[in-house]
Amino acid sequence: MNSAIAQIGLGPFLTVSAALLVLGVFGIFLNRKNIIIIMMSMELILLSANLNFVAFSGALGDLSGQVMVLFTLTIAAAEAAIGLAILTVYFRNRGSIQVDDVATMKG
Amino acid sequence: MNWILGLPELVLAVSALVILAAGVLQKKDEAFLPCAMLSIAAFVVTGFLVVRAPDGIAYNGMLVVDAFSRFIKVLALIGGVAAIALSIGYSDGRRQLPFEMPVLVLFSTLGAMVMASSSNLMTLFVGLELSSLSIYILCAIERDRLGAAEAGLKYFILGSLASGLLLYGMSLVYGYAGTMDYAPIAAEINGTGVVPLGLMIGTVFIIVGLAFKLSAVPFHMWTPDVYQGAPTPVTAYMAGAPKFAAFALILRVMSGPFGAMSPRWQMLIEVIAALSMLFGSFAAIPQHNIKRLMAYSSIGHMGYAMMGLAAASPAGTTGTLVYLAAYLVMNAGTFGVIAAMRRRGHEVTGISDLAGLGRNNPGLALVLAICMFSMIGVPPMAGFFGKFMVFAAAWNAGLYPLVAVGAVSAVVGAFYYLRVVKVIYFDPAAAPFDKTAPSVSFVSVAMGLATVLFLIGLGPISTAAQAAAQALIGQG
Repeated sequence: MNSAIAQIGLGPFLTVSAALLVLGVFGIFLNRKNIIIIMMSMELILLSANLNFVAFSGALGDLSGQVMVLFTLTIAAAEAAIGLAILTVYFRNRGSIQVDDVATMKG
Repeated sequence: MNWILGLPELVLAVSALVILAAGVLQKKDEAFLPCAMLSIAAFVVTGFLVVRAPDGIAYNGMLVVDAFSRFIKVLALIGGVAAIALSIGYSDGRRQLPFEMPVLVLFSTLGAMVMASSSNLMTLFVGLELSSLSIYILCAIERDRLGAAEAGLKYFILGSLASGLLLYGMSLVYGYAGTMDYAPIAAEINGTGVVPLGLMIGTVFIIVGLAFKLSAVPFHMWTPDVYQGAPTPVTAYMAGAPKFAAFALILRVMSGPFGAMSPRWQMLIEVIAALSMLFGSFAAIPQHNIKRLMAYSSIGHMGYAMMGLAAASPAGTTGTLVYLAAYLVMNAGTFGVIAAMRRRGHEVTGISDLAGLGRNNPGLALVLAICMFSMIGVPPMAGFFGKFMVFAAAWNAGLYPLVAVGAVSAVVGAFYYLRVVKVIYFDPAAAPFDKTAPSVSFVSVAMGLATVLFLIGLGPISTAAQAAAQALIGQG
């Protein structure tokens, strides 16, 4: 881990994670179709932060970043479970998971 | 390992798990009331422990207990008790909330307490997620109602986006400061004359993530829909404890680790505060639904409370804390009245449905009128003292444009609050509401009294807020 980061530097890691973040954010805002895609984009955002944590942790020689990743993965799993449960409840009431249909309240 | 400092949180966590187990073992229809009562008892015990807990730092610098965390925790616990009391009244008759509701409120308040005590980015994130994840479920807890499911879905999507951005910001702060503890981050920023760009970007991401939880403009778009769709006790809860916790975080993070950078983020907070106040006032004018109105009102109130933060001074922090205390009582009082708005077992939420409340139910009408006047900031009520302190702090910090914006939006806000008062006293009477459940009456009357008699408690409250602000400034 340490040697890999020493060889290629932090730059590529940060670039990939920034790209993942941008992909995730655009996936949420530009996507007008399906809510499942939004949930996938949210996972991308969390993973981009995780990649950052691991890369920094390796570069700094400090373990707390990797501990944080373990916490984040657990929380992301809980979040995905809750999200899918809410989505199921919504589908049973509405019969659709299209983004455009999530607008009975307005104003 | 000074575990005794985490005792209130441990007690709350264990009692939440025990109540959950007890609820599962009960018969389905009979589980709600005992669970709710036990939850209130757990809150009271925790509150006692919070007040008695000694100061200190525990768990390898993960958790800090000081006057500030104690102040926020007490506010959050009161908010939790009020929400559960309202849910007891909400659950009688045909529509029944599941017994998980009080348990989830316990978990969410636990998260809020962890947030208030955080002294490490890790505790911050875990507490925030514990609090948010519970609220996502709470919003959608009425599984058979489309509005509730939609509210849950919207809050989930936007809330987890905010958490993701916050986490990304934390990763940058970690990388560029080299640590996740608040104190070393502050030392790092103080030590280096030039703040690295990565640290700046990380700070902005963290502010964005927290502003989302606070529903401050421009990150407010979820608020009206979620407030309207969620069950009323849940809305009452959401408007309280999680907001205090998010405010605790933003105050602690901004005056602790990032305190040395205050000239750089002050502008951002000023803009967010000004936009929230203006938007909260103007967008509320065309609303017909009282829960939606309260959503816009809470956006505005968060703007006023942020004014104290923008001042970046001990007086400003004290003002924000007093504002939050005032907001707690007047908000809970208003939601108590909203929870009482039922006709033939069905909830009604139109502002026009309040017509004739002054004749049909003078007590509730008086409570609502008191809360509305307090939200405007009319003198002897709670809201006045909060507003006065944040305005004074902002004025002394030289933020004259912000004070002017605040004054304008307070005047505009007075219009829609007064309209509610006009409807309840002067409009042609509508049919009376159902008989109010005792717990709902209790919450509204207690909170209404607290709003009127805030002056009596003002001395101790502002002393506690001052001590809290001192603790906060001292940590950095």
